[in-house]
Amino acid sequence: MTWTWFHRLASPPYVYALAQRLTPWFAWPAALLMAGGLWGGLVLAPPDYQQGDGFRIIYVHAPSAWMSLMVYTTMAVAAAVGLIWRIKVAHAVAASCAPIGASFTFAALVTGALWGEPMWGTYWEWDPRLTSELILLFLYLGYMGLRAALEETTRADRASAVLAVVGVVNVPIIHYSVIWWNSLHQAPSVMRLARPTMPPSMLVPLLMMLLGFTLFFAAVLLVRLRGEVLNRERTASWVREALQA
Amino acid sequence: MRSGATQVGHALSARELAAAEATAWVDNPAPHQRASALAAARLALARDLRLAFRKRGQLVQPLAFFALVTMLFPLAISPELARLREIAPGVLWVAALLASLLALEFLFRDDAYDGTLEQYALSGQSLTWLMFAKTAAHWLLTGLPLALMAPLAGLSLGVPARALPAIVAAIAVGTVVLSLIGSIGAALTLGVKRSGALLSLLTLPLSLPVLIFGARATQLAVGGGPLGPPLELLGALAVLGVTLAPLAAAAAVRISLE
Repeated sequence: MTWTWFHRLASPPYVYALAQRLTPWFAWPAALLMAGGLWGGLVLAPPDYQQGDGFRIIYVHAPSAWMSLMVYTTMAVAAAVGLIWRIKVAHAVAASCAPIGASFTFAALVTGALWGEPMWGTYWEWDPRLTSELILLFLYLGYMGLRAALEETTRADRASAVLAVVGVVNVPIIHYSVIWWNSLHQAPSVMRLARPTMPPSMLVPLLMMLLGFTLFFAAVLLVRLRGEVLNRERTASWVREALQA
Repeated sequence: MRSGATQVGHALSARELAAAEATAWVDNPAPHQRASALAAARLALARDLRLAFRKRGQLVQPLAFFALVTMLFPLAISPELARLREIAPGVLWVAALLASLLALEFLFRDDAYDGTLEQYALSGQSLTWLMFAKTAAHWLLTGLPLALMAPLAGLSLGVPARALPAIVAAIAVGTVVLSLIGSIGAALTLGVKRSGALLSLLTLPLSLPVLIFGARATQLAVGGGPLGPPLELLGALAVLGVTLAPLAAAAAVRISLE
């Protein structure tokens, strides 16, 4: 089989056009899944026997937290690809991921704090899960700060790629922190090798929200990627033609 | 056209041949004559130490900073030794962390400025070993003195004398990891103006495990408890850092010099 379709992904004009075509295919399913997940989670799912209706914030909190880890991993993989094979588009992908991931991390921390106040009695607790998620936010901010501080694009790409790869060690620490340490945050009940412990009426909307958030991230990434590619290639001739079309 | 100036292409006399052979090893050393990576690293370490001792005044600055920061807490919180003893582990570690961060800016600054770092990168020697040597020199000049000064700061915060050896050990091992992680951050921000805050933003999130385990070990030392686990975890972090950090720092230096 030919690998041309794969190699074409390294070409900025091809990726620019492809991203425009693909965005609706991610955006509309994302909207539908999130709407369905919110309906199922906020209206249809029964109240929790312990937490009552307050547990429903999980439908925003848990997907945000999962996405914060997923986006960092995506960013680190894209950065590594760019570093090893010197593909500029990969660096553009990594640069586009960072603000999205930082926003998801911030959302996870804020929704977690809002959930913690009625449930644990405190907005914040310095336990391993919360602390390592806060570290993740600082890793994102450090990545974006390093990119902004280095003027030359090639050097900024490669230096922030090294930083992203070095920081990826934090991702398993966050996930396993509730298993390795005595943590106030509850242990994994969904992302585990055994069967999830949640009943289907609560689990299905959660999985719908997770998938919806993932597709939403893909759609937003494609939009940002187009802007990033355009900025990097602004002096190239294909840009003038593409913008005139 | 005959030109008397050019000598290219004329046969070498026997004397010239012998002279060329005698000095050819300089440019093309035989395997047994090439300096090993370890020898190059030893040279770099000795050079860094020798240069640092020519400006002995600068070596004292991180220590003075450490002492001053430690002094801030009794003045800001409470001079009661009982209360200070509770917060002493945290204060000592935060002060050591900040002093290490301050000293990190000088790790590559001079060498990057006068081109020595480029010569290291071009030398054909293992840049990883050279980075390890530079970081080792940095630790010997800042981390180890901090660890040796920690008992004084600890006593001023009411730490019992029996806890002091453990504190020295914990801070000595912890600053090893701090120097190693900091070398990656310093290499990434090479040449960036006023990089102090950015360097802290890059280094601190990765150094937090050191802070957590080190402060826990110090707390157990002060309170009297089993020190083994956190000290062993600190040691594990140090081993991880020693094996992987110079590699990342070498890659970062090559990127920054491009």
